[in-house]
Amino acid sequence: MFSSDFPILSVITYLPLIGVLLILMIDKEKVGAIRIVALLTAAINFLFSLPLFFACDPSTAAFQFTEHVPWIPELGISYFFGIDGISMLMVILTTFLTPLAIWASFGSITEKVKGYMISFLILETGMLGVFVSLDLILFFVFWEAMLFPMYFIIGIWGGPRRIYATVKFVLFTMIGSALMLIAIIYLYYLNYQNTNIPTFNLELLQSSQFPIPINIQMWLFAAFALAFAIKVPMFPFHTWLPDAHVEAPTAGSVILAAVLLKMGAYGFLRFCLPLFPQAASEFTPLISILAIVGIIYGAMMAFVQKDVKSLVAYSSVSHLGFVMLGIFTFNIQGLQGGILQMINHGISTGGLFLIVGMLYERRHTRMIGDFGGLAKVVPVFSVMFMIITLSSIGLPGTNGFVGEFLILLGAFKSNMVYAVLAATGVVLAAVYMLWMFQRVIFGQVDKKENETLLDLNLREKLILIPLIALIFFIGIYPKPILSRMETSVKNLTAIVQQKFRVEEDNHKIRIISGTPMDKISLNEVGEQKNE
Amino acid sequence: MIKYSYIIAFLPLLSYVLIVFFFSKREKTASGIAITAVVSSFVLSLIALFETLADHGPHIFEYEWIVIPGLKLPLSIFFDPLTAVMLMVVTIVSSCVHIYSLGYMHGDPRFSRFYAYLSLFTFSMLGLVLSGSFFVTFIFWELVGLTSYLLIGFWFEKKVASDAGKKAFITTKIGDLGFLAGLLVLYWAAGTLNYSEVYHQIEENQIPAIILTAAGILIFCGAIGKSAQFPLHVWLPDAMEGPTPVSALIHAATMVAAGVYLTARIMSIIVVSHTAAMTIAYIGAITAFMAASIGLVQNDIKRVLAYSTVSQLGYMIMALGVSGYTAGTFHLMTHAFFKALLFLGAGSVIHAAHTNDIQQMGGLAKKMPITSKTFFIASLSIAGIFPLSGFWSKDEIFASIYHEGHYFLLALAVLVAGMTAFYMFRLCFLTFTGEARDYHVYEHAHESPKTMTYPLIFLAFLSIFAGWVGMPWLEHGYSSFVYFEHPHHAAANYVLMIVGTIAALSGIFLAYQMYYKRAIDPVKMGARFKPVYTFIYNKWYFDELYMGTVIKFAYWFMEVLYRFDQGVIDWFVNFVGRFGMFNSRVWQTFDVYVVDGAVNGAGFMTRWFAGGLRKIQTGAVQNYAFVIFLGVVLLMLFKMI
Repeated sequence: MFSSDFPILSVITYLPLIGVLLILMIDKEKVGAIRIVALLTAAINFLFSLPLFFACDPSTAAFQFTEHVPWIPELGISYFFGIDGISMLMVILTTFLTPLAIWASFGSITEKVKGYMISFLILETGMLGVFVSLDLILFFVFWEAMLFPMYFIIGIWGGPRRIYATVKFVLFTMIGSALMLIAIIYLYYLNYQNTNIPTFNLELLQSSQFPIPINIQMWLFAAFALAFAIKVPMFPFHTWLPDAHVEAPTAGSVILAAVLLKMGAYGFLRFCLPLFPQAASEFTPLISILAIVGIIYGAMMAFVQKDVKSLVAYSSVSHLGFVMLGIFTFNIQGLQGGILQMINHGISTGGLFLIVGMLYERRHTRMIGDFGGLAKVVPVFSVMFMIITLSSIGLPGTNGFVGEFLILLGAFKSNMVYAVLAATGVVLAAVYMLWMFQRVIFGQVDKKENETLLDLNLREKLILIPLIALIFFIGIYPKPILSRMETSVKNLTAIVQQKFRVEEDNHKIRIISGTPMDKISLNEVGEQKNE
Repeated sequence: MIKYSYIIAFLPLLSYVLIVFFFSKREKTASGIAITAVVSSFVLSLIALFETLADHGPHIFEYEWIVIPGLKLPLSIFFDPLTAVMLMVVTIVSSCVHIYSLGYMHGDPRFSRFYAYLSLFTFSMLGLVLSGSFFVTFIFWELVGLTSYLLIGFWFEKKVASDAGKKAFITTKIGDLGFLAGLLVLYWAAGTLNYSEVYHQIEENQIPAIILTAAGILIFCGAIGKSAQFPLHVWLPDAMEGPTPVSALIHAATMVAAGVYLTARIMSIIVVSHTAAMTIAYIGAITAFMAASIGLVQNDIKRVLAYSTVSQLGYMIMALGVSGYTAGTFHLMTHAFFKALLFLGAGSVIHAAHTNDIQQMGGLAKKMPITSKTFFIASLSIAGIFPLSGFWSKDEIFASIYHEGHYFLLALAVLVAGMTAFYMFRLCFLTFTGEARDYHVYEHAHESPKTMTYPLIFLAFLSIFAGWVGMPWLEHGYSSFVYFEHPHHAAANYVLMIVGTIAALSGIFLAYQMYYKRAIDPVKMGARFKPVYTFIYNKWYFDELYMGTVIKFAYWFMEVLYRFDQGVIDWFVNFVGRFGMFNSRVWQTFDVYVVDGAVNGAGFMTRWFAGGLRKIQTGAVQNYAFVIFLGVVLLMLFKMI
């Protein structure tokens, strides 16, 4: 679809910056023009990225559409972009949700529109950069770069406690990323010392001739994992999340939940597991237990919230627990379920934040107690709200079910108790979501303010319809998405297991760990799993 | 037809989609589409039934769905005689309810939506019945739960209705948790969830018994939830807040029977695992007895029927638990017809009387001849009076319990049969005979329109004759059509038939004495056995028990946990932040007084020195000359020394 040397990933990543340049040229009073340019930029970017879904070859686990240019050759830093089946999905999730989020801001953001739209587009570049970077330094640059637009989005356009929330968010993330930077440099140094190759290139580090000793792996894994665990967020690093979500403007919450949280899980998939597989296996019990605690704890927290938005925020903690549990099963079902659930959470929770935002724009409150009986006043809104709620609960027929089922199946294979405990989260989700839904939507209209609410306008419907379409599409026919990520996931499990095996035989046979991925017979791994 | 049996399920789905997207504003068209769809499904099911009679199958079809390495979850269809019977039950009752609702829901502001939901439910239920694997069954299982939720809370303005919907959804979801865990266990052990493959592996003894027991009991948990078995039965009586046709369709005839159906589908586990079998049988028995006892004293017409349903479902589960595959499914079928009839009859009464309280009714037989006659037929059938449907299926259950030698369960079953006859006729007598106790209600009562009475008549016909297919004297009756492994053809057991009939007749006789002849005063009876009466009147205090313990504790625990989240974890985070700020202030002080002090000090010193030095720069030449002279003198002195 693309000629092999067309730098499609760079185009997608930097296209939003062109939008920024255009917006800079527009007078800040011309709010309408600014909005249109921002929306069009994001929409065009989505159209650019969509072909990746079809062009990305699902039969290989190697990175595709790679762009490799030396950047600081003396230090082995390169400008290295590329995607595989996993990051391709994340890229499309990002480009899909950004225009919707921008469109949703048309109604809610009326002050300093120019700065807002600029921040949002820069944010998109940062997020896409994170998902396509394959050089650790480059990754780190984007990882940090994306933080600042978000800092402004929450800090300037947020709610009353926005300063507290945004500082908390940034500091939390920074603490993690500082440790990660140290770990990156140490990894580089270690590799350089032993192989004499200076490189930050992920592929090279992964297939490095030097096996990292397990005790050092543990430290490096811990440093990376902390950065990612904060981002996910895993219990007990989750407290920045409700604050950030509650204070952020609607679109900020959507992107925060749908994309930014995924970066934590993505980091585990892309860096922690392939680089430190043995440490990952050592850490599995700890991370799985924290994930399960997160599932149940997040659900229980959600249960007692009085603010719809913080309820949804805590439900994210619960859902991301499922994702982490799936990833750390190290089997194909669990991993595929985990990745699918990353996408599902982006769609359903993103949708829920949009819904809450629409409610807030109408009533300027998000307290559950201020509503009731909305089904009668705003029927279309109620139906869409219900579909997204059910998807969040994971009802069969919606996307959430497929992901959760695969995760539970994978978890059951690796540890029965984990699976059973995690499954209780499914019931808890039904309890808190339906209870909230009932109090908001059903019953009598007993507040005067609610009697005159307007139903969704065309813009709002058009924002929600794509999400709802995807909810059903993935729920009924998940195959296209599962098959896209399959080879990459197989490869990941192969790497992890290969390194296990090599480590066991380390003293007997002098095989160097981390055989380049193409040499591993994928069928063999697949068959092994089938047993 | 069997080959294309998915069409049977998809017709109502098509109707749902059409109504939602195109005809939500046009009530007549909407109901017309829904009725056409379900009746067509009925006709197709009938064709499929005849095909199955010729070839029992099972016929298995698979359509690829989720395939990832190490996991294959196809959409599969498993068509055997039980499927065919279930299809008949669902499509017949659903058709009757669809037609009946034309009258019952007439004038409702959400009329089209009601039909849309009915179609969606019918689709899900047919999908459940057709599905060929536990996984697909689970999917449709959840979907029927959803439509049940939507339909119980159909009049969502009433808080009790939306509460009841939520309670139903969550309570059954707890059971579904077990079902899900059972699926995982089974998949882990067998590597497949397809019925045929699982059955095959069990037959070949490829799965250890202990795992089968665990899987069987866990899957049965789903049935406990959905079929309202003890201890998760509490949702079904509340579900009566939904429109009455819904109660008839979902909460009497079909969806609640899905648990029984599922239990029948795990019969191959039941026959190899004694533990699982006995768990199932005793849960069924406890439920049958408990619900029947509660039904004895309730005053809400729909709640009596709801407890009756719970009790009868317990009956079927008990039968399946003692490996009575034929008996359990046979009773499922006959029960579906007479219980749907009872509910639709009750709906007709409520439609006319505008109250659910049987104490306010009385004498309605004169006003509502068709309703009352059909209601009596259904009551006779459920009581197990010869030769109505209920008699044959109940007898089949007695026979299979007796055959397996569970005499305690048999005694209990007979007792429950007597209780059933009593509460049903209490209901009949209080509603339809005697004096009108509430003049106002009586005055306004009228017979329902034909759209409502025709389905009643049709179901009454089935309540009488449907059970005849299972007469023990028949050579090719029900038991040689729906059977597990081998047709089990027991000879007619006249002793059991007579015992059952005596139990039923004594129940009816007691009700007759108390509520028709008034020879025994029910109030005095209640006062005499006050503790028992209070206990069963309050439904064995299950709701209070759950509210007071589990739910209260859970809520308290979550509140505490939230305080922990805010007070400990977040406090710690803020503490680190504050500590950082404090730390910065300390350093700021150091900075101001020490570092800055040093810098400022350096500047000050410079100025001080400079100020001192400035004093010697007077600009007067003679001073400089003097200093030079002094220097020269000093140098000379120095040199000399």
